[in-house]
Amino acid sequence: MADLNTLSNSVCVVGADESDEIGNLPGKSQLTLHLEAITNAVHDAGLKVTDVDGIFTAGQHSPALLGEALGITPRYVDGTTVGGCSFIIEVGHALAALHHGLCHVAVISHGESGRSGVGVSPRRDTSLTGQFEAPFGFGGAPTLFGMITTRHMHVYGTTLEQWAQVAVSTRQWAMLNPKALRREPITVADVLNSRPVVYPFNLLNICLVTDAGGAVVLTRADRAKDCAKKPVYVRGVGEATEHVMLTQMRDLTFSEATHLAGEKAFRMAGVTPRDFDHIMLYDAFTSGPPIMLESLGIAARGEGVHFFAEGRATPGGKLPINTNGGGLSYTHSGMYGIFPIIEATRQLRGECGPRQVPNVRLSLVNGMGGMLSAAGTLVLSNEKT
Amino acid sequence: MDLDRPLPNPITPEARPFWDGLRERKLLLPRCQACGHVFFYPRVLCPRCHARDITWIQASGKGRLHAFEIAYQAFHKAWKVKPPYVLAMVELAEGPRLMSNLVNVEPDPRAIKCDMPVRVVFSKLTDEVTLPLFEPGR
Repeated sequence: MADLNTLSNSVCVVGADESDEIGNLPGKSQLTLHLEAITNAVHDAGLKVTDVDGIFTAGQHSPALLGEALGITPRYVDGTTVGGCSFIIEVGHALAALHHGLCHVAVISHGESGRSGVGVSPRRDTSLTGQFEAPFGFGGAPTLFGMITTRHMHVYGTTLEQWAQVAVSTRQWAMLNPKALRREPITVADVLNSRPVVYPFNLLNICLVTDAGGAVVLTRADRAKDCAKKPVYVRGVGEATEHVMLTQMRDLTFSEATHLAGEKAFRMAGVTPRDFDHIMLYDAFTSGPPIMLESLGIAARGEGVHFFAEGRATPGGKLPINTNGGGLSYTHSGMYGIFPIIEATRQLRGECGPRQVPNVRLSLVNGMGGMLSAAGTLVLSNEKT
Repeated sequence: MDLDRPLPNPITPEARPFWDGLRERKLLLPRCQACGHVFFYPRVLCPRCHARDITWIQASGKGRLHAFEIAYQAFHKAWKVKPPYVLAMVELAEGPRLMSNLVNVEPDPRAIKCDMPVRVVFSKLTDEVTLPLFEPGR
């Protein structure tokens, strides 16, 4: 069996794009968002839809449906759905499939009419949420992620002002991204004075709710040379899951899944947590990215919030984080995980205009599924090791 | 009577003793006969040693508030309780955690602290369903 390390650099991201539009799109179905994103990403790679023979997706639409709608017959499919990070995890699955020749051109697709609900099946309580959460008023992510957040505040003394700074830093990046939904400047006071939703979260601590699609195309490094743009090498991949029900999370302040996924990805890539010059973290809530930095070993326990201070994660800072404006200010259709991969790809290609991180070489993508329940980590680079 | 919150649904066979116990104002927890592990939510095997020999014990009803939130709006379509109300994750003295509400307390972050002692109060919803809620304890 191949050591995972030998697969480092063997596969590249060669195409990446959103659907034609993202934001508030009552005129487009979820399936349309998928199909726009796939065709845009395939064209970005300089390929044709008929070149695609591996389909990877997550959510309500199966990879079989996407194949049918595209009019192709994929010979490899994967519909792993473990929350918003599924697309990040599927980069690792695609890597294995491409390496073994199970497919040659893999597309990972996301489409979600999260705001308008066009062509969406209604959500229902599961037997566990319906019995043990709903009768007490729980429903939706803010009523769960807040628990992680108040526990972190209790254990480490983290403050509402520090969480708010994450929203401010991320908004500064969104102001440089024409595709971002929210681009007006905000301050810590604006976050603290925004509408209280569920303590400890005010509205500006919580991600947007949008309609959006996104897709990435991967192929083996030897084939990537023939694609339209500079290849982005997948140097490391990692995935793990810990819990689904939040009561089962061992330590609310530390994501075991994130820790394990990061460890695997860093080992495969031969890097340390301190080596990155660009970081994309799944930001459904302001408290998510700091806890991810802590769980990945990039920040010490309780110190992740310090990375979002002016001059660190912000434009011009030493360690840019969430340069697309994140789920907080750019877009968040529900399962956000495809978008940090798209942004890391664009940064590593040097396509980001006013928000371009200078001399970026090594980018980290880390996402969560559920409430830090599942995790996927990628180490991406524009250079081979 | 109009309900102000969703009933537990669907009640699964493996959780039936939990809901039956509540009707008699008893908080029951599953316990593994093989290794002694007390766990929640109910399931057919022990999540520590994977034995299938599960019994039920009566919990003390005492615990600590592990984490909390104060909700300023409804988050479930069947929720009619007037906000603000307190969402709670309770760590029971026996070890397991469960989700509930903290009641008989000011819904104010200055009045509520993680790890504060809490105790169960039984809230009868229907002839079939009683919920375990929690209030500040000693």
